[in-house]
Amino acid sequence: MTILDPEFDPIMEPSRPAAPARSAGERYRIQTVDRPARTASHGQPTPTTPVVRESVFKVEQLAISYGSKTAVQGVTMGIDRNRITAIIGPSGCGKTTFLRSLNRMHDGIPGLRVDGHIYYHGHDLYGSGVDRVEVRRRIGMVFQKPNPFPKSIYDNVAWAPRNLGLRSGLDDRVEKALRGAALWDEVKDRLKDSALGLSGGQQQRLCIARAIAIEPDVLLLDEPASALDPIATASIEELVRTLKAKFTIVIVTHNMQQAARLADRTAFFGLDNERIGTLIEYDETDKIFTNPADTRTEDYVTGRFV
Amino acid sequence: MARPRLRISDRVGDRLLLSATGLASAIAVLLLVLIAWQVFKGSGTAFHKFGFGFLTGTTWKPNFNQYGAGTLLFGTFVTGVFALFLAAPIGIAIGLYLSLMAPPRVRAIIGPVVEMLAAIPSVIIGFWGILVLAPFLVKHAEPQLHSTVGFIPLFGLPQTNGASMFAAGLILTIMVIPIVASISRDLFDTVPRELQEGASALGATRWEMIRGVMLPTTASGLAATSFLGLGRALGEAIAVTQVIGAGTKINTSLYETGDTLASRLANQFQNATDQLQTSSLFYLGALLLIIGLGSNLLAQWIGRRFAVQKAHA
Repeated sequence: MTILDPEFDPIMEPSRPAAPARSAGERYRIQTVDRPARTASHGQPTPTTPVVRESVFKVEQLAISYGSKTAVQGVTMGIDRNRITAIIGPSGCGKTTFLRSLNRMHDGIPGLRVDGHIYYHGHDLYGSGVDRVEVRRRIGMVFQKPNPFPKSIYDNVAWAPRNLGLRSGLDDRVEKALRGAALWDEVKDRLKDSALGLSGGQQQRLCIARAIAIEPDVLLLDEPASALDPIATASIEELVRTLKAKFTIVIVTHNMQQAARLADRTAFFGLDNERIGTLIEYDETDKIFTNPADTRTEDYVTGRFV
Repeated sequence: MARPRLRISDRVGDRLLLSATGLASAIAVLLLVLIAWQVFKGSGTAFHKFGFGFLTGTTWKPNFNQYGAGTLLFGTFVTGVFALFLAAPIGIAIGLYLSLMAPPRVRAIIGPVVEMLAAIPSVIIGFWGILVLAPFLVKHAEPQLHSTVGFIPLFGLPQTNGASMFAAGLILTIMVIPIVASISRDLFDTVPRELQEGASALGATRWEMIRGVMLPTTASGLAATSFLGLGRALGEAIAVTQVIGAGTKINTSLYETGDTLASRLANQFQNATDQLQTSSLFYLGALLLIIGLGSNLLAQWIGRRFAVQKAHA
C-alpha cells in the first residue's frame, strides 16, 4: 500500500489548474482533500481517504453453477473503490458469469445457483431481504452489444430516473449524463430522434449515459467495446478512464491491450484442474502484465495460451 | 472444371413442384375472388331495391318484403367490441405471464391448454353458453351488475332466459382470448433479451420493464392481433346464434336479445322464402365479407408497419 496515490493525474482533472510549482507532497495532499469533496457533490457517501483503499466488493469463495454444471468456482477477491478493475482470460472461463453475479443479473434464471458470498460495502449481496431492484440501481451494467431502447435519445436516458421518481430537473440530469458519457455535443440537437439511428459507438455511449443517469455507485462493463470499430473503441476507453473519478468500474474484456491501457488492477480468469473457470491471479495491472506470479497468467498475457 | 450434370428427373421434379405449389396458391386466390363475386352478385336484387338505406334500416320483415341490416350491424358491432375489450387485456395478460413470469413447467402446461381453447368447436361453446353461462348470468351476474352499475344504460334489467348480447359477447370473448394470448406470447418472446436485461440492469421493476419496454416494442403487433381477434368475433355465427336470442330491436341494455349479421344469416338461409329474402341475406353476407376482410387487412397493414419498424431497429 502506497502513501501516495498513484492514480493522481492532473490531466484528468480539467477543473484543477496544473501545479508544476508545487512539490510532490503538496500535490498529493491536495488530492486527498479534493477527492471527497468532488464525489460528495454527486450525492455519494464520502469515501475514506484514498490512501487506505476502500473495498466496494469483497467476494469470498464464489461459485456459480447452472444445474449440475459449475461455470466458475473458488473466486475470492476484493474490488477497490474508484478504480478500474479489469477481468481478462480466455473464453468460457466464467468472466461474464462472474461479472453478472455482482449485480444479481442471474436472478430469475432457472437452475442457476450462486454459492459463497459477495459483500457489497459490507452487506451480503445475496442475503435475505436484499432487493435485486435496489441492487441494480446502485450497481449499473453496460452490455457487450449496445442495447438502447427503441425510444428517443432523451427518453433512453430519462427512462430510469423517471421510474425512480426523479422528475424534477430531469432535463439537467439527462444533459449531465450525456455529457458524462461524452455524447452531449453529438446529440444535443436531436434529443427527440430515435436512439436506433445512432452509430454503434454512440449507442454504447448512450447506454453508459443511461446507466450513469441514476448515479450508481458501480459500473459493470461487459466487453463494452467488443462490437465496435477501433475509433469507437478508443472513445469508449477514453470515457471509461474519465468515469473512474466518480464510479467504481469493473470491466470484462477479451482485449489484453485494453486491460493494460485502462485498468488499475487486473484479474486473470482461467480454468482450474477440474476445467472449471476460476480466478488464477489478481494484482496490480503492471504486475500482471510484466511480472505475473502464475505461469498460466504469463502464458496468457504473452500469447502462449492454447 | 466440369459441372455436375443435373439429372433430367430432378429437373422435371422441380418443375412439377413449382407448378403444384403455384396452382395451390392460385386456387386460394381464385376461391376468394369467386366467393366474393358470388356473394355480391347474389345481393344484387336487394341492393337495387334498398340501396345503402339497407345499412340503416332496422326492420326485417320477410312477410312485408322489408329488409334492413341496421339492427344486425349494431349487434355485430356491440358484441364484437365487447369481446375485444374483454379479450384483449386478458389475452395480453396471459401472453405476458407465459412469456415473462411463468416457470417453464407451468408455461409448458398453460400454453397448450390456452391454444386448445381455440380448438373447441364453436357449436360446443355455444351449447355450453345457452345451458350454463346464460342461466348463470341471468340469475347471478346480471342482477349484481344491475344493482351496482345499473345507472349505466348498458346494464339494464335482466331478461327472462339469459339469451342476450351480454352472453354473446362473453362467448365471443372466450373464443378470442386464445388467439390474442398465443400471438401476444409469441410477440413478447420476440422482444430481444438484451432489451429486457438493459431495463432490469437499470433497476427497473418487472412492471416498469413491461410498461417501458415490452409493451411499446410490441404495441403495433398487439394492435394487429386484436384486430385479428375482432375479425374472428365479427364473423362467428353458430355460437352467437345459440345465445343471442335473435332479437329484432336495437336496445341499449346488453341484457336484451339482439342479433348479428352472421347469426341472422345462419338462422334464416335455410328457410328463405323468396328471392328478395335470399338476396337480402346475400347482402348481409356481402357486408360481413367486407367487414371481415377489412379487419383482416387492417391487421395485416398494422403488422407490416410493425415489421418495417423492426427491420430499421
